Amino acid sequence: MVLAAAAPLIAPFTVDALDLAHRRGAPSAMHWFGTDELGRDLLTRVLFGARVSLAVGLVSAAVSVAIGVTIGATAGWAGRWLDALLMRITDAMLAVPRLPLLMIAAAVLAPNVALLIVMVGAAGWMETARVVRAEIQSIKTNDFVTAARAVGATSPRVVVRHVLPGVLPTAAVATTLAVGRGILLESALSFFGVGVQPPTASWGNMLYQAQTTMSSEPWLGIFPGAFIFLTVLCCNALGTALTDERREAVTSR
Amino acid sequence: MAFAARRLAQAVPLLLIISLLVFGLIHAAPGGPLSLYLDNPNVRPEDIARLRRAMGLDRPLGAQYVSWLVAFIRGDWGYSYADGRPVIQRMLERVPATLQLVGVSTLVAVLVSLVVGIAAALRRGADQAVSLLAVAGLSIPVFWFGLVLQLIFSNTLGWLPSSGRSSFAGGGLSDRLAHLVLPVMVLAVAHAAGWSRYLRGSIRVALAQPFANAARARGVTELRIVLRHALRLALLPFATVVLLDASIMASGAVVTESVFAWPGIGSLFTEALAKRDYTVLMAFLMCASVAVVTLSFLADVAVHALDPRTKGEH
Repeated sequence: MVLAAAAPLIAPFTVDALDLAHRRGAPSAMHWFGTDELGRDLLTRVLFGARVSLAVGLVSAAVSVAIGVTIGATAGWAGRWLDALLMRITDAMLAVPRLPLLMIAAAVLAPNVALLIVMVGAAGWMETARVVRAEIQSIKTNDFVTAARAVGATSPRVVVRHVLPGVLPTAAVATTLAVGRGILLESALSFFGVGVQPPTASWGNMLYQAQTTMSSEPWLGIFPGAFIFLTVLCCNALGTALTDERREAVTSR
Repeated sequence: MAFAARRLAQAVPLLLIISLLVFGLIHAAPGGPLSLYLDNPNVRPEDIARLRRAMGLDRPLGAQYVSWLVAFIRGDWGYSYADGRPVIQRMLERVPATLQLVGVSTLVAVLVSLVVGIAAALRRGADQAVSLLAVAGLSIPVFWFGLVLQLIFSNTLGWLPSSGRSSFAGGGLSDRLAHLVLPVMVLAVAHAAGWSRYLRGSIRVALAQPFANAARARGVTELRIVLRHALRLALLPFATVVLLDASIMASGAVVTESVFAWPGIGSLFTEALAKRDYTVLMAFLMCASVAVVTLSFLADVAVHALDPRTKGEH
């Protein structure tokens, strides 16, 4: 992440610099990751691609957790018909395969990066909503909630001040997992040519361009994919570790 | 039986919401489903207007939705924009290839996760390795994994074919099996990772129960306790998880089939996507969702029928 932020400073070459003398070059001392069909330095492009891919991952995670917490909290707090309606919508969204849904949406709307972020986020809130709803249902039976209502606090105030803070740890775990998923979804969409559009580099569209020349210039595909894998691995490992820790904290109580 | 009926009554509104979602998505395009022709200089505006009338796109959205849904239920899924053939026909001819790929992958993934899950439940050392592999399996970009396998096993080593379902010459059983290996590996790995982790968890829970201690006191070996007792408890929830992952399997099949040029429904979807063939895309999304809802319905009903603990639950 630090590397991505510092991309303009540490990148050995300018992002779009063409070097037609060194087209399709294998990794070398000068170009560590090799060069692509236009002679652009791959390391530079991977670093700049990281900014786009990580931005999509992080912001879409924030979007999906925000939607998930809102819907989950509303359903869990309101109960009755609103709960039933919101949960049916959640079930419906979970039943539609996520990637084909997003691929169609991206093909239909031809989004820019900002809209793409919103779309990826809007496709990933369901799991969070379910967990948050369950937590709210158990929190709302606590005495401190009854006490707050007894002294005359309004519903929104009780939810925001007293109930939502209890959901924070869950939301934190959901966010780390959502970052990884967002990066994977962006890369898959771009790989199919409906995500981030060239010349903007993202790890996914670098793979899209690399796939036809995988046998002659494998480095073009291997490096961006390895970066996706390692980044998502870190997010998921963090999320899983947090989940295990919480589960142990709960069982040892 | 009453449970099955009630569960079915829940599935119907669910499917209606999904159909609204799919319909809304396609019609959200600026210019609607015919937007493809808007940019084409060879298609005159009056042609578009004529097509619009012929396809009923000039009617109110609500009416269009109702007639689309009724036609869909009756099996009239419209015609492919790409080649004018009925969509249902194009999809049906691709079904066997997809069923073969998904079926074999699921079988392989289940077998692998049974072995790995049991090993991880029994040994601490194996346990940590499995946790790591499980996270890795969830994190690996499916398409990249496919490309790397092609690079290693087809291009470099030349052991296995990189694409298609069989060679041009037709080929016998061994040829078909060789074509299956790489796509199955890609599709199975992602699932085996999550499933073995889940199975390990439920075996662990079962092993902590009093009956396991009682068996240990009688001198039964740990492996035998797992195979004879713990697994019986763990298998039903495991089977449910396998069925409930159908949605993820559908996404995975789209990617895998496309990377390996496997002639199934998944690659039909990516072909249709490239041509903005909306009738095919809509039908695919509807079928995949209906399959997911059906499988989760079956999973619920099966658990209810097989697990004595759910008796009396309504």
